[in-house]
Amino acid sequence: MLDASVRPLVEITGMCKWYGQFSALHDINMTVNEGEKVVVCGPSGSGKSTMIRCINQLEAHQKGTIMVDGIEVTPDMRNIAEIRREVGMVFQSFNLFPHMTILDNLILGPMRNRGVSKKDATDLAMHYLERVHIAQQAGKYPPQLSGGQQQRVAIARSLCMKPKLMLFDEPTSALDPEMIAGVLDVMIELAEEGMTMICVTHEMGFARKVADRVVFMDEGEIIEVAGPEEFFGNPQSDRAQLFLSQLLGH
Amino acid sequence: MHGRVTTATPRANRTREDTGFDAAAFGRTIWQVGQAVLVFAVLGFLIWRGAQSMDYSWQWYRVEPFFFREIDGEIIWGPLVRGLMETLRLAGIAGVIAILIGFVAAFARLSDSIAGRIVSKVYLEAIRNTPLLVQLFLFYFVLAPIFGIDRFWAGVLCLAFFEGSFAAEIIRGGITAVDKGQYEGADAIGLTAVDKYRFIIVPQSLPLILPPLTGLLISLIKHSAIVSVIAVSELTTAGLNLIADTFMAFEVWFLVAGIYLSVTITLSILVSMFEHSLNKGKR
Repeated sequence: MLDASVRPLVEITGMCKWYGQFSALHDINMTVNEGEKVVVCGPSGSGKSTMIRCINQLEAHQKGTIMVDGIEVTPDMRNIAEIRREVGMVFQSFNLFPHMTILDNLILGPMRNRGVSKKDATDLAMHYLERVHIAQQAGKYPPQLSGGQQQRVAIARSLCMKPKLMLFDEPTSALDPEMIAGVLDVMIELAEEGMTMICVTHEMGFARKVADRVVFMDEGEIIEVAGPEEFFGNPQSDRAQLFLSQLLGH
Repeated sequence: MHGRVTTATPRANRTREDTGFDAAAFGRTIWQVGQAVLVFAVLGFLIWRGAQSMDYSWQWYRVEPFFFREIDGEIIWGPLVRGLMETLRLAGIAGVIAILIGFVAAFARLSDSIAGRIVSKVYLEAIRNTPLLVQLFLFYFVLAPIFGIDRFWAGVLCLAFFEGSFAAEIIRGGITAVDKGQYEGADAIGLTAVDKYRFIIVPQSLPLILPPLTGLLISLIKHSAIVSVIAVSELTTAGLNLIADTFMAFEVWFLVAGIYLSVTITLSILVSMFEHSLNKGKR
């Protein structure tokens, strides 16, 4: 197992989080190596989103350590800024900036955070917009685009920061059924290029195709970790069996 | 019906039916207009009769010099026009300072700084829970001598701090109304706190802030009348002086009210046009 080319990019050890007295996450341990794709699933309220939001400190954890690319994640603002430059995030609700054109949405981060010139940032943005197949829409505003297009813009916006790790928080849950495929295709392409990804999603087809591992969570704990075929074909824990039967039940 | 398949009519081929002239709606409009004319006619008649029965001798022919006089082909502005200019200058300067105070107080209130939150909260509560007239006296009789400011600036600063407390709440409301996802989106691409507000949050809260803020400036013009009690030479003071000289109380107060009304209504119309164009820009 000791392979010199495998380098851990994210290491979470004994992480706990509470909202007041409510235990949101309990003793989370997880390592994601460079180039690995991990799918996180579980019932709603199981802490999946909270866990990945701790990685770029949109939520603060209270116990345990998170290491991203060798840097420990702490609540210190300078440290958070450093982490966020390396970690891209795609949200369920896109969170594009509606008052800016698509192009401006994409160039803001590189220009303000990486000191990239406007021209270079524009070239970079157009490159990624082409990759997500919406370069023609660069001059439009987000609300003029369909949900699927907006989500692909959001992916391109994250990629413009040249992240080492991409976090996806239920990227297709808010989309109409006919929009989902386009977004998943972009994610699959990204996976094939070797991007390290942690995806909270219930898209089983996607998980089967790209995931190295599936992490199943319930009530703030990691219950089961397995390869996608094993997990979907033969889940070990009762709770995973129940969850999958509900997911497939109708 | 089961199993039936229809081809859709292309949208372009579906025409809306013309329902023709709506006589009922036209009738309602006429009735509303007639009602308004009637109400104003009755009001006007009551005022005229009231003045008549008091034996008040209207002297409208004397009011022109209140606005301007022409001497040797040169126009000399009368006290009402000069008073109006002073009112607008007073309200304009106070308005700019009020907005600055509003932004500072709103951000202090929203910040993590305990001192900032306490100071802005105390400021808001103190201003909103004491009478404007008392604040004016404090500024004029207490702060002005201490800091060596004249009556005009005492009036400006008092109005600015008064309206600033309302501006702060308007601005805070606009900023907190921006969706939480926008903060997260800005955080996720690693923007600093300053950049986040500058590029993402404030630009999106402006359409929410600007209309009530311009409304605030209109009420500032009305509230500015109160500085006449410390004898700042604005419109209301000009009116008081004219009455002392001419005893034409009815005419002068109608004129002063009319001037305030025409200024504020003009501004209101501009604001609603501005609001309209803001909404049109929204997709």
